[in-house]
Amino acid sequence: MSQNRFQQHLVPVATLLAVGLVLWYLLAIWLNAAGVIERVLAPQGAWSWQELVAATFSMQRPVLPVPHQIALDLWTSIFDAPLDSPRNLLLHAWVTAGATLTGFLMGLVLGGLLAVCIVHSRTLDRALMPWIVASQSVPVLAIAPIVLIILGSLGITGMLPKATIAMYLCFFPVTVAMVQGLRAPQRLEMELIHTYSASRIQTFFVLRLPSSLPFLFPSLRVAIAAGLAGTIVAELPTGAQAGLGARLLTGSYYGNTLQIWSALIMAALLGVVLTALVAAVEYLIVGRRRQA
Amino acid sequence: MKFAIGVLNLNHLVKKLTVQDAFPMNAPHPTELQASPHSALETPVARPAVVARKASVIYQAADRPVHALSEIDFTINRGEFVSLIGPSGCGKTTLLRVIADLEPITSGEVLVNGMTPSDARERRAYGYVFQAPALFPWRTVLANVMLPLQLIGRSKAECEAIAREQLGRVGLAGFEKKYPWQLSGGMQQRVSIARALGFEPKILMMDEPFGALDEITRDKLNEQLQQLWLRERRTVVFVTHSIAEAVYLSTRIVVMSPRPGRIVKVIESPLPFERDLSIRDTPEFTRLAQEVREALAEGHQ
Repeated sequence: MSQNRFQQHLVPVATLLAVGLVLWYLLAIWLNAAGVIERVLAPQGAWSWQELVAATFSMQRPVLPVPHQIALDLWTSIFDAPLDSPRNLLLHAWVTAGATLTGFLMGLVLGGLLAVCIVHSRTLDRALMPWIVASQSVPVLAIAPIVLIILGSLGITGMLPKATIAMYLCFFPVTVAMVQGLRAPQRLEMELIHTYSASRIQTFFVLRLPSSLPFLFPSLRVAIAAGLAGTIVAELPTGAQAGLGARLLTGSYYGNTLQIWSALIMAALLGVVLTALVAAVEYLIVGRRRQA
Repeated sequence: MKFAIGVLNLNHLVKKLTVQDAFPMNAPHPTELQASPHSALETPVARPAVVARKASVIYQAADRPVHALSEIDFTINRGEFVSLIGPSGCGKTTLLRVIADLEPITSGEVLVNGMTPSDARERRAYGYVFQAPALFPWRTVLANVMLPLQLIGRSKAECEAIAREQLGRVGLAGFEKKYPWQLSGGMQQRVSIARALGFEPKILMMDEPFGALDEITRDKLNEQLQQLWLRERRTVVFVTHSIAEAVYLSTRIVVMSPRPGRIVKVIESPLPFERDLSIRDTPEFTRLAQEVREALAEGHQ
C-alpha cells in the first residue's frame, strides 16, 4: 500500500524537480552570459555556443551559480576542512542552530507565560495584546542592532544577544496559539471539572494545557523557522565570527556568490531539520492522541 | 400547582419498608432504610439530601424576564432515585444544574446535605453525568475514570484500583488502555458513569445520560443503572424526557411543566425495587406510565 503510494508520487515529484533544475540552468545561462562574454570568452565573438554554456556553468563569481556548483561548494566546505575550522560550514550551522534553539526555548517560555496571563486575566488581555501585536509590526532588521547595542553595553555578547532576537520572533506565534488553545475547552468540559471543585491550577494542568497542545505545535513550527531567520539577521550586524549570518556577510563582502548560496542552502536545510525536530517532539507527545 | 413533598415522605418511607420486606436483598441496606417503622414515624423527614424552598431562576431575556424555575418546593431523600420529567423548557435541567451549583438561583433557597450547593460542591458531593460523555480524548479510559480521584489528591495506586473496579462494574473491564474514540457511544457513556461513581458522590446527577443513544443500548444501560442503584442505594437525580425510562428507573417521578418552569405532580412508584426490563409489560407499569402521561398532558394545558 505505502509502496504503491510511493510509486504513485515518485513520477510527479521527480518531474517537477527536473523541470525546476532545467529552468535553473537556463536562468543561469541567461543571467551569467553577459559577464562571461565580457570577461571570460575570447573577444570578437570567436566562441561557440557550447563554450558559452560551459563558461556560464563554471564561473568563479557567477550572478547565479548552477546547482552542481553549489553542491560541490557545499561538499568541500563540509568535508575538506576540520569540524572546528571557521572554514567548515557545519561549524557555522551548529553555532546558528545553538542560538536558534536557545532563543526558541526562551520564546516558548515567554510566549507561554504571556498566554497564561492573558487567558486568566481580562485586564491583561486588554493591556498586553495590543503591545504584543505592535511588537511584531516592527521589522526585526531595525530591532536587531538596537538589542545588540543595548546588550553589548551590559557586557552580554556572544550567543545570548542572537538568542534574544530569535526569542523576539518566536514568542508571538506561541502566544497567539496558546491563547486560543487554552481557551479551547468546551463549556461542558469546564462544567465537568467545576463539579469536581478543581482549583484554577488543577484546571490548567488537567484540562487547559492538554487542550492547547494541538494548537501549540503548528505554531511551534512557525516559531522555530522565524527564530532561525531572526538568528541569522542578528548575526549580520555583529560582525560575528561564526554563524550562517556571518558566512552570508563575508560572502557578500567579497562578492563570493557561491559561498552565499552554500550558506543559504545550509540555512534552508537547518530549517528543515529544526522543524522536523519539533514534529518529532509533537509526535512523541500528542501522536497517540486523536480526536473522535 | 405546587406540592409539599414533606407530607408524602411519611407514606414513602413506610412503602419503602414494606417493599423491602417483600423483596429481601443481599446487599447491605443503608441505615435510614433499616430504621424500624417506629423511628421512621418519629422523624418523618428522614435525612433529606436536597431541599428546595421557593427556589426560582429568572433569566433576563431581551423583552421580558423568563421564569426558568418558578418557586420550586421539593425534597429529595437520601437513597431515592428521583426522575425529573417534562417537555423542553420545563426547567428540569435547570433544576439539576441549580442543585449541582452550575447555575445560581434568583430567589428562594436550595440546600444540599444541609449546605448551600456551592459548599456541597466544594465538599465534592456530586457526580454529574452529562448528556454527552465529556471524556478527555488525550486520556485513556482508565485515566479518564481516575481524573476526579486525582483531583481530590488520592494516591496513584488507589486511584487506579478504584477506577479499575468502577470500570468492571459498568462492564468495561479490559478496556482500560483504550482511548475514548475507540469506544462506541454507549461504552463512552458507561465510562462517564464509572467516572462519576468512582468519586463516591453522595448524589449522582444524570442529565439525560442516555438521550443520544439507540434504544437497544439505552434499555441495557437502564437495566444496569437500576441494578447499580439497587446495590448501592445512592441518591440519584435523573433528568429524562422518556416516560418509560422514568417509570422503569425511579422510586419517585417528578413531572414538570414549562412557562413558568414548575412541578406539576410528584408520583410515588408502587413498583418493587428489584426489577428487570420485563416489568414494562406488567399492568402496574402501564398504569404508572399512564399516570405520568396524564400529568404531562395536564401541565401542557
